[in-house]
Amino acid sequence: MALTLIVLLPFVGALLPGLMIRAGRNGCALATGAVTLLAFVLLMSQAPAVFAGEVVHARWEWLPAIGLDANFFLDGLGFLFAGLILGIGLLIITYARFYLSRNDPMGQFYTYLLLFQGAMVGIVLCDNILLLLIFWELTSLSSFLLIGYWKHLPEGRQGARMALAVTGMGGLAMIAGMLILGEIAGSYDLSTILQEGEAIRASQWYVPALILILLGCFTKSAQFPFHFWLPHAMAAPTPVSAYLHSATMVKAGIFLMARLWPVLAGTDWWFYIVATTGLFTMVMAAWIALFKDDLKGLLAFSTVSHLALITFLFGLGTPIAAVAGVFHIINHASFKAALFMTAGIIDHETGTRDIKKLGGLMVLMPITMTIATLAALSMAGVPLLNGFLTKEMMLHEALHTEWAGVPWLLGAAAVVGAIFSVAYSFRYIAHVFLGPKRDDYPHHPHDPPFGMYLPPLILIVPVVLIGLFPAAVAGPLVAVAADAVTGGNLPDYHLAIWHGFNLTLVSSLAALALGAFLLWRHRQANAVRLSVPRPEAKRIFETLVDGAAAGARLFTDGLHNGSLRRYLAVMIGACILAGATAFLNASHAPGGRELTHVPIITLLAWAVLIGACVTIVIFHRQRLLTLVIVGVVGMLVSLGFVYLSAPDLALTQISVEVVTVILLLLALNFLPKQTPRDSGTGRRLRDGLLAGLGGLGVGGIIYAVMTRDFTTISDFHLAQSKPGGGGTNVVNVILVDFRGFDTFGEIIVLGIAALAIYALLDGALNGPAVKRLRSWVPDQERARDRHPMMLVVATRVMLPLSLMVGLFIFLRGHNEPGGGFIAGLVVAIAFLMQYMASGFGWAERRMKIDYHLLIGWGVLAAGFTGVGAWIAGRPFLTSDFAHVHLPVFGDFELATAMAFDVGVFLTVVGSVMVALANLSRLARVTEGPISDDPMDVDPQRRGPGTGMPDAAHTGKAEG
Amino acid sequence: MELLVASAVGAMTASGLYLVLRARTFPVIVGLAMLSYAVNVFLFATGRLAIDLPPVISDTAEAYTDPLPQALVLTAIVISFGMTAVIVVLALRAYLESGTDEIDTAAGECEAGQPNADTSHAAEGAEAGR
Repeated sequence: MALTLIVLLPFVGALLPGLMIRAGRNGCALATGAVTLLAFVLLMSQAPAVFAGEVVHARWEWLPAIGLDANFFLDGLGFLFAGLILGIGLLIITYARFYLSRNDPMGQFYTYLLLFQGAMVGIVLCDNILLLLIFWELTSLSSFLLIGYWKHLPEGRQGARMALAVTGMGGLAMIAGMLILGEIAGSYDLSTILQEGEAIRASQWYVPALILILLGCFTKSAQFPFHFWLPHAMAAPTPVSAYLHSATMVKAGIFLMARLWPVLAGTDWWFYIVATTGLFTMVMAAWIALFKDDLKGLLAFSTVSHLALITFLFGLGTPIAAVAGVFHIINHASFKAALFMTAGIIDHETGTRDIKKLGGLMVLMPITMTIATLAALSMAGVPLLNGFLTKEMMLHEALHTEWAGVPWLLGAAAVVGAIFSVAYSFRYIAHVFLGPKRDDYPHHPHDPPFGMYLPPLILIVPVVLIGLFPAAVAGPLVAVAADAVTGGNLPDYHLAIWHGFNLTLVSSLAALALGAFLLWRHRQANAVRLSVPRPEAKRIFETLVDGAAAGARLFTDGLHNGSLRRYLAVMIGACILAGATAFLNASHAPGGRELTHVPIITLLAWAVLIGACVTIVIFHRQRLLTLVIVGVVGMLVSLGFVYLSAPDLALTQISVEVVTVILLLLALNFLPKQTPRDSGTGRRLRDGLLAGLGGLGVGGIIYAVMTRDFTTISDFHLAQSKPGGGGTNVVNVILVDFRGFDTFGEIIVLGIAALAIYALLDGALNGPAVKRLRSWVPDQERARDRHPMMLVVATRVMLPLSLMVGLFIFLRGHNEPGGGFIAGLVVAIAFLMQYMASGFGWAERRMKIDYHLLIGWGVLAAGFTGVGAWIAGRPFLTSDFAHVHLPVFGDFELATAMAFDVGVFLTVVGSVMVALANLSRLARVTEGPISDDPMDVDPQRRGPGTGMPDAAHTGKAEG
Repeated sequence: MELLVASAVGAMTASGLYLVLRARTFPVIVGLAMLSYAVNVFLFATGRLAIDLPPVISDTAEAYTDPLPQALVLTAIVISFGMTAVIVVLALRAYLESGTDEIDTAAGECEAGQPNADTSHAAEGAEAGR
C-alpha cells in the first residue's frame, strides 16, 4: 500500500502547486516540497525491510485480461533510484524556489516537476513491464513540458521537441521489445521475467528484443548516436537540467539496463552492443565536453560521458562491473547535481554561462567555489572523493577485459576517456574560478542566498564522506542495490580507497597528470579539434525530420486532394471490395425458407418502384421531377409496409414522406431548379458501375437473409407485451417500454437535429447569405394567387379534424397501430398546412406555442417518466400500468408508457415545426413585408352573404 | 415476393449510390433519401416477410410477424428524416453563403469551364475561417 502511495503522491500532489501559487511563491514551494518529503519519508519507512534483503510488493489487478496489473515492488535497486529521485527532487524544489524569477510561472513549474517525479518513481517501482512503458512515456511527455518551460525561448522549444522526438521514438521501439520479452517469459510481471533469464537468452527472439529495448535505453540515456538531444535540452531552466540529467530522466535508461541485467546481460550480443557503445560514447562525449564554452554544455557532455561509463560497466556483463555501475550511479548523481546547481548559481549571479567571459570568481564567490571545486574534483576522479572510487573500479575492469581478442583496447580507450574527463573537470575549476579577477562580468557576482547554495552543499556531503569512508557510508546501499542488479549473485568485493600499488592506480594517476597537461595545452588541443570534421548532430536531425515531414505531406496531399466525391467513391469501392472478398471466399447454397407468393398487384407495384428508381437516375437533373419521384418511391414503400404486416411503419413512412417533400420543396425554392451536367462519361460510367455493384451486393445480401430461417428474440416481446407492457401493439410497446431507453436517446437526437437546423438558418440571416437573400430574384414565375382561397378554407376546416385524428392515433397507439411518433407527425402536418395555405405571417401570429420549448418539454416529459420509475424503486424507464374504467370510454389500460409517449409526441411536433418554420422564415426575407391577410382577396370587401367570412372566422378561432 | 423485395432494395440502393456520387448538393440529398429507403426496407426485411400477420396481440391471430425490426425501422425512419432535414439545411446554407451548390472543386473532379469555380474557392476559405 505504501508503495502505491509513493507513486501516486506526486501525481496527486501535482494539483497543489497550481492552487498554492495563490498563497505566494514560498507557499507554493513548501506545498510541493511537502508532497515530495512525504513520499520520501514513506520510502524511508520501507528502508529496514529493504536492507534486510526483503522485496516489498503491492499488487492491484487492473486489466488482467491483457496482463496489465498495477503491481509495484521495492528491492534494493528500486530503493536506490526512488531515494535519488525523491531526495534530489527535494533539493531541486528548494533550489528552484530561489532560481526562478518573479516572471516565471512557478505553479506550472512545480506541477510539471511533480508529474515528472511521479512518472520516474513509477518507472523504478513498478513490477509490470506494460505499466513501466506507460510511466516511461509519461517521463518523455513531462520532460518535454519541463525542457520547454521557457516557452518564449526558441531554443527551449526546439530542445524540448528534439528530446521528445528522440526519447519518444526510443520508447516506441522499447514497447515492441518489451512485448517480445513478455511473450518469451509468458508474463508481463517483472518479478516473473527476472526469473526467466535462461529461457529468454536462449530464445530466438532474444536479439530483436534486446536491440529494441536497448534502443529505448540508449535514446533515453543519450548514448551514441542518440546523444545529441541532451545538450540541446540544456535550454531548460537549470533546476530542470540538474534534475533531469543527474538523477532522473537520463538515468531511466541506465535503470532499465540495470533492472533487466539479470535477464539480458552476459551474452556476446549484450557485451558488444552495450560495452562498445558505452566506451565509445564515453570517450567521444568527454572530448567534446572539453571544448564547450557554455558551462551547462560542458556539463551536458560530461553527463553523456558519465552515463556512457555506467553503460559500459553494465555492458561488461560481469557482476563486479555491475557493482561498480551501481556505485557510480550514486556518485554521479551527487556530484553532477551539485555541479549543475553551481552552474546555475554562476549564471544567476554573473549573468553569463560563457567560460570565456568568466574566471577569477574565487574571491568573489568563495562558497560557490568550494562546492564547485569539490564536485569537479570528484568528477575528475581525484582521490578522497567519491568519483575516484568508481573511476578506479571502471579502469580496473577495462584494463582486465579483452575486446574481440585484443586485450589492451578497452583499457587504452578507458584511460583516454579518463584523461579527457580530468581535463574538462579541471577546466570547470580553472577557467571559471581561478585566474585574475575581471571587471567585465554582466552582473556584480557574489555568493547567492543561503537557500540557493544549501542544496548543492548538502550534495557535497556524501561526495566527501563516501570518498573518505566508502564501505561505511555507501557500502550497505551499494550492496542491496547491486544484489538486485546481479540477481543475487553478489561477488566478493570491498569498497576501499587503497587497493595497493597496481596498474589501475598507475593509469589513474597518469590520467590525472595527462588531463592537467591537456588543459594546459587547451588552445592547441582545440586547434586539433577544429581541424577534424565535426558532424553537426542538430542539423542532421533537422534534415531527417524535415525529410520525413515532406514525405508525409506528399503522401497526404496525394491521397487527400479535397474532393469529397472521390473519398466517397473510394469508401463505396472499399465496401464493395470487402463484401466481394467475403462473398468469393464463402459457399453459396440457396436458402431453404419457403418463399411467399406474389399476387399480380404487388408485381405491378414492384414494376413502378423499379421504374421510379431508373427514372430518378435518368432525370435527376430535373430537380422538381426528382422530388415527385421521391414521393412515388416513398408511397410505394409505405404500401409495401402495409402489405407486409407493418401498419405502424406504413403510417410513419407516409407522414414522414409528406414532411420530407415539403421540406425539400421549401429548400428547392432557393436552390437551382436544374442540375448542370458536371461529370464526363467516364466518370458517370465509374459511378454507375459502383452503384450497380453496390445495389447488387445489398440486394443479394437481403435476398440471402430472407430465404433463410432464423431464430428471433421477439417471442419474448410478443409474450410479454400485454402482461408486462400493458399494450397489444407490440411495436409500440417495444418503442416506449422494452427499448424505451433507445427511444429516449432518439428523441434527444431529433431535438438536437432541429436545434442544429435552427442554428444554421438563424446564422444565415447574417453575413453574405442575407445579402444574397435580400437581392433574391425568383427564378420561376410566381402564382398570382399566393394564397388560394380554396386552400385556405379547406385547411382551416381540416385543422380541427386533423388534430382529432392525431389525438386518436396517439391514444390508440399502445394497443393499435399508432403512437407518439405518428401522432406527432400528423399534428405537425396539420400545423404546416396552415402555414402553407395562409402564409407564414398570418400563421405565426396565431401560433402561441414556442416550438423550441416544445422540444425541451418533450424530452423532459420522457425523462421524468423514466425517473418516476426510480421513485417506485425500479430501474430507469420501467413502466407500470393500471386498468381504468371510465363511464363513456369503457375499460382501458393507463400505462406510464403513455406519459413517455407524450414526450415523444411533443418532441416530434417541436422538431418538425422548428425545421420547417425556420425554412419559411428564410423565405420571408426574400419577399419583403408580408401582409397579415390570410387571403389575397378579402372576401369581406365583397359584402356579406357569400359565406366566406364564416370560414375565415372559424379559422381564426382554431388558430 | 422475396425476390421482388430484394431487387427493390437493390434498385433503390443503386440509384441512391449513383446520386450521392453526383457533384451538386441536391442530387446528393435525394440520393441519401433513396439510400434511407433502401436501408429501412433492408432492416425491415431481416425480420422476414409475413403477410397478414401484424404484430398486434389479439385472441384471433394465429401468428405474428417479428415486431423487433419494425420497432427499429420506425425509429430509423424518423431519424432519417432528421438527418435529411439537417443536410438539406446545410446544403441550403452553403449555397446561400457561397453562391454555388457544388460539392467540391478539386482538380480533376470538375470539368474545365465551370462558372462557379472561383466563388466556391472563396467559400472554402470562409468554411475554414469559421
